[in-house]
Amino acid sequence: MKKTLRNFALVLGGMMILSPVAQADEFNKQDVETWTREFMAAVEKGRAAWVDGNLGTNGVACAQCHPNAADTHPETYPKYQQQIGRVVVFGEMINWCIINPLEGKALALDDETLIAMQAYARYERRGVALDPGKH
Amino acid sequence: MAENTTRRTVLRNGVALVAGACLPITSVKLAFGGEREDFTFAYISDSHIQHIRGNKFVRNWDRGLIRAVAECNLMNPRPDFVIYGGDLAQLGKKSELDHGFEMMAGLNNFDVHYVMGEHDYYLDLGEYWSEHNGPQYYSFDHKGVHFVVLNSIIVDDDWTHNTWKDGTERMGVMAGLDDPRGSPFMIGKKQLKWLKNDLKKVSKDTPVVVCSHSPIQKIFKNWNFWTEEAEDIQKLLKKFDKATVLYGHVHQIQYNQIDNISFHAVMATAWPWPYPQSYVQAESHLPQLTIPMNRANPFFERDATGWQYIDINSGRASVNYSLPQNKSRTVAYDPDKGHPVDTTYQEAGLTLPQKRY
Repeated sequence: MKKTLRNFALVLGGMMILSPVAQADEFNKQDVETWTREFMAAVEKGRAAWVDGNLGTNGVACAQCHPNAADTHPETYPKYQQQIGRVVVFGEMINWCIINPLEGKALALDDETLIAMQAYARYERRGVALDPGKH
Repeated sequence: MAENTTRRTVLRNGVALVAGACLPITSVKLAFGGEREDFTFAYISDSHIQHIRGNKFVRNWDRGLIRAVAECNLMNPRPDFVIYGGDLAQLGKKSELDHGFEMMAGLNNFDVHYVMGEHDYYLDLGEYWSEHNGPQYYSFDHKGVHFVVLNSIIVDDDWTHNTWKDGTERMGVMAGLDDPRGSPFMIGKKQLKWLKNDLKKVSKDTPVVVCSHSPIQKIFKNWNFWTEEAEDIQKLLKKFDKATVLYGHVHQIQYNQIDNISFHAVMATAWPWPYPQSYVQAESHLPQLTIPMNRANPFFERDATGWQYIDINSGRASVNYSLPQNKSRTVAYDPDKGHPVDTTYQEAGLTLPQKRY
């Protein structure tokens, strides 16, 4: 039994050293390019939705109150939203704005547009430190 | 509200500029002694009346203006006149301007002096607005005060005339505060020359009040909290003992002192903007004096429009902001410092009165 275990450990160790498949955290140049391209495509789609008067029903766009997604603080979610009375994700807060100031219908939380809008807001807040209690 | 201001105090201190009164209008009291007569005027701004279709307009923006008009009618003492600070419409459409003028007509026999906002202008370059209101920049005198109304939202000819397929596209671009295709605001050479001539005939001890839509200061270029010729205009105002600039556009409390010129932003009746420093990707210069308002609570649609009352004991501005769901604030002129200060928070090192989570 001991021997089997030792052999197994040796084989596993050998796999970790020799096999490139085992090095799951490697993020090469191509991966970075893919990541950036996909994320920025979502940012662009999110920006388009952010300024779109047709997202709701009354022609009001998110950017009217939140130019450059300012005062949205996406980095602070999920958080307890006292006015809603529970911990919510950022997408739920965007939905609140779509329903109320924009007089529209909430999007599904996995809706592509809603995800893109979150990517856009997060992008505009890049480099801002998570500063609990300040935002 | 000004009962305890003596004529002598007022005489000693000259112009008292006070932004005040009730949500969401801003009332301004100019108090004088001697040959001048005290008077007040009301200031309503940035209603952004937005057409949906047919007879439907965005409810929330309508409610702000309706409330401003109603409260103006109830003010005591009755203001001598009303200034509208620009951006009556959202996209400059006739339907929006007509609807806005109709609501403003609810004012009970007040003279209204209109300031041009970019949202009123860029669809037809102010044609329809001018049909209703007359010239886009002008001056008038009232009880010893010289008022100047500027059109501070024009930009260069090439952007205006040669870049867009039509007025609707041009208006759409300029209506997006953060649209990178926009262009910085200016008053232009012709108007600057007019202003120079206009002020030439005004004596240096006459109080001058300039009403513009954009700040005559360079605060944040990204959102056009900015006027290109700010320094040139300030230079023209320097010779006066007391000069004041009142501006809309920024939808938030701002105050500043540059030389002898006091600056006060007026509140919007539509919605509050975020402060420029909340967008960290671009450089901004909120006046160092200004302690920002708290972030507005979106769940309460009139939040961050505030309401204000006045104390002019010092003969200078003492503005008391009552902010719904936030602690009240008082911004008063400090004669020792020679500028307005927030009486509670100025010394705390720009610490906000309340944090919103």
